[in-house]
Amino acid sequence: MLTFTIRRLILAVPTLLFISLVIFLLLQLAPGDPMAQVPLTVPPEVKERMREALGLGQPIHIQYIKWLRQLFIIEPQVLFDHFFGTGFAEGKLRVISWQWRGPVMDVVVQRLPQTLLVVGLAYVVGVLIAIPIGIYSAYKQYSFFDQAGTFISMVGYSVPPFFSGVVVIVIFAVGLGWFPSIYDTTLVVNSWDTFIIQLKQMVMPVMVLALQTTAQISRFMRASMLDNLNQDYVRTARAKGLTEKTVVLAHVLRNSMIPVVTVIALGVPGIFGGAIITEQVFKVNGIGQLLITAIQANDLPTVQTITFLFAVLIVLFNLIADILYGVLDPRIRYD
Amino acid sequence: MTDTSQPTKAPRSQWWDVWDQFKTHKGAVIGATFFLFVVLAVTFGQYLWTIDATYLDIRARNQGPNWGHPFGTDQMGRDLFAQMLQGGRTSIAVGLSAMILSLVLGTFVGVVAGYFKKLDGILMRLTDLFLALPLLPLLLVIIMLFRDPLRNAFGPETGIFILIVSVIGITSWMPTARIVRGDVLALKEREFVLSARSIGTGPRHMIFRHILPNVMSPIMVSATLGIANAIITESALSFLGLGFPSDFPTWGRLLNDSVVYMQQYPERVMWPGMAISLTVLAVNYMGDGLRDALDPRIRGR
Repeated sequence: MLTFTIRRLILAVPTLLFISLVIFLLLQLAPGDPMAQVPLTVPPEVKERMREALGLGQPIHIQYIKWLRQLFIIEPQVLFDHFFGTGFAEGKLRVISWQWRGPVMDVVVQRLPQTLLVVGLAYVVGVLIAIPIGIYSAYKQYSFFDQAGTFISMVGYSVPPFFSGVVVIVIFAVGLGWFPSIYDTTLVVNSWDTFIIQLKQMVMPVMVLALQTTAQISRFMRASMLDNLNQDYVRTARAKGLTEKTVVLAHVLRNSMIPVVTVIALGVPGIFGGAIITEQVFKVNGIGQLLITAIQANDLPTVQTITFLFAVLIVLFNLIADILYGVLDPRIRYD
Repeated sequence: MTDTSQPTKAPRSQWWDVWDQFKTHKGAVIGATFFLFVVLAVTFGQYLWTIDATYLDIRARNQGPNWGHPFGTDQMGRDLFAQMLQGGRTSIAVGLSAMILSLVLGTFVGVVAGYFKKLDGILMRLTDLFLALPLLPLLLVIIMLFRDPLRNAFGPETGIFILIVSVIGITSWMPTARIVRGDVLALKEREFVLSARSIGTGPRHMIFRHILPNVMSPIMVSATLGIANAIITESALSFLGLGFPSDFPTWGRLLNDSVVYMQQYPERVMWPGMAISLTVLAVNYMGDGLRDALDPRIRGR
């Protein structure tokens, strides 16, 4: 198991390097020029020096290596310093945004809690709803509950979040007036009342994201349960005289969870991608919204950093899914 | 005794069996009918509903649904029904073309990787790498970067169309490639491939005559899922303002435009949103039915 984990970890390094290269090269083709807004009265030689100060004059491979160094060495050092109060990263050049001339990661760290709160909670809620639905649908296959559940999960799978989001805003914010339609990130939770307001503004985005998660996971859960319910060991368990509850919840469920757990792990980066749209609908100023504004402002370092962070998430959760699969299912350990 | 062994029925192609099985899946039949209806409506609708989608009638702006304008008009007095028809034409065209592109790419990579052992390792690593890319952020970035050059080269509408179709195609071929490769690997061990090889069939003939017809079922299922995925992605891009130009309606674009007015005219959000959702739902149901119909273990039971 350990060698398997180590092998997967080593494999993740070239993947990350490849992705960083793709992101870097793609953005080098950008037609946008950070010097575009400098006044015309600034003489060309000063402009040239400004470009060099931004690190734009050098050949592409040097720029790439420098960017890698910032990303893989300096930024983690800053994080380390932040936690332990050391001074490794002092005086070193960090990834600087072209919009606000400050380190990109500082703003990313500011925006991350909003995204994590909404997206993370939505995912947990979605999974918690999906698993019982999947179990019951499979156990009572072709019953009314199963038909309705399958239909609703198909709908949740097909309705894009930029429509379901707008629909819940029209119904619950405009029509009924229960929840605010715009997420207020400046709200500080320090009393019971502000906590209630925070809960209220989170209901709709969480609902929209959770619907998608529920739709996907419950389909997997149902299929996985159905696969297991017809196996011989289930008949054996019933023949031993175990109660139906023990058979389904202890024997079948545990085996059915193996593929579902990996699907849950693999879905985490996807939901971050989906959050880009949901954040746009509900005006949550999280990390997705930061990406969209950076794209519109031609702010390459920010776009590069955020896209790369998404890639790290994907690689990380692929790794987690692989390892979990090995831990849960002894049949597919590779050593 | 010998004359009773005569076949009583003419031999049928397997596609008739598939069709018989498909017909038993109610959702799939409804989905397929609806999708066909939408395709026909957006293709021929403009000949029946002759109001120009871009015609500005400023005196008739912000109307609710009525006989002259069944879906009402927008803030510039454009007829929403005509816009929905034209927008649907773009959305469906993007969906179908992107699906075809991603299928061709995915099938090519899958067949080559499965058939030629030397290329398998490289191509599958490439597929894995593509799967690890963060797709939505990259899509946004690519469109931002290449929008203007392509617009200058092919004109605003065609340029964006080419860009969106190719970008969706390039970022969605990986699942098809994986499934096709797996099937090709299994097929290669079958006797009919061995016997075809024993009579000296070359790789090209082998792939087109023997391998490809046998991997049609997973390809068809990926095709339906590909349409759904492409329609949603195009609408999402238009919704984020990175799709077609604003005077060129697509369903996502119309949805984006009407979100501003959702407090006053909530029904305007519904038309394009329902169109996207119902089409995707129909296509997904079609894919479900097709998967069941093409699975020989389920068929005939």
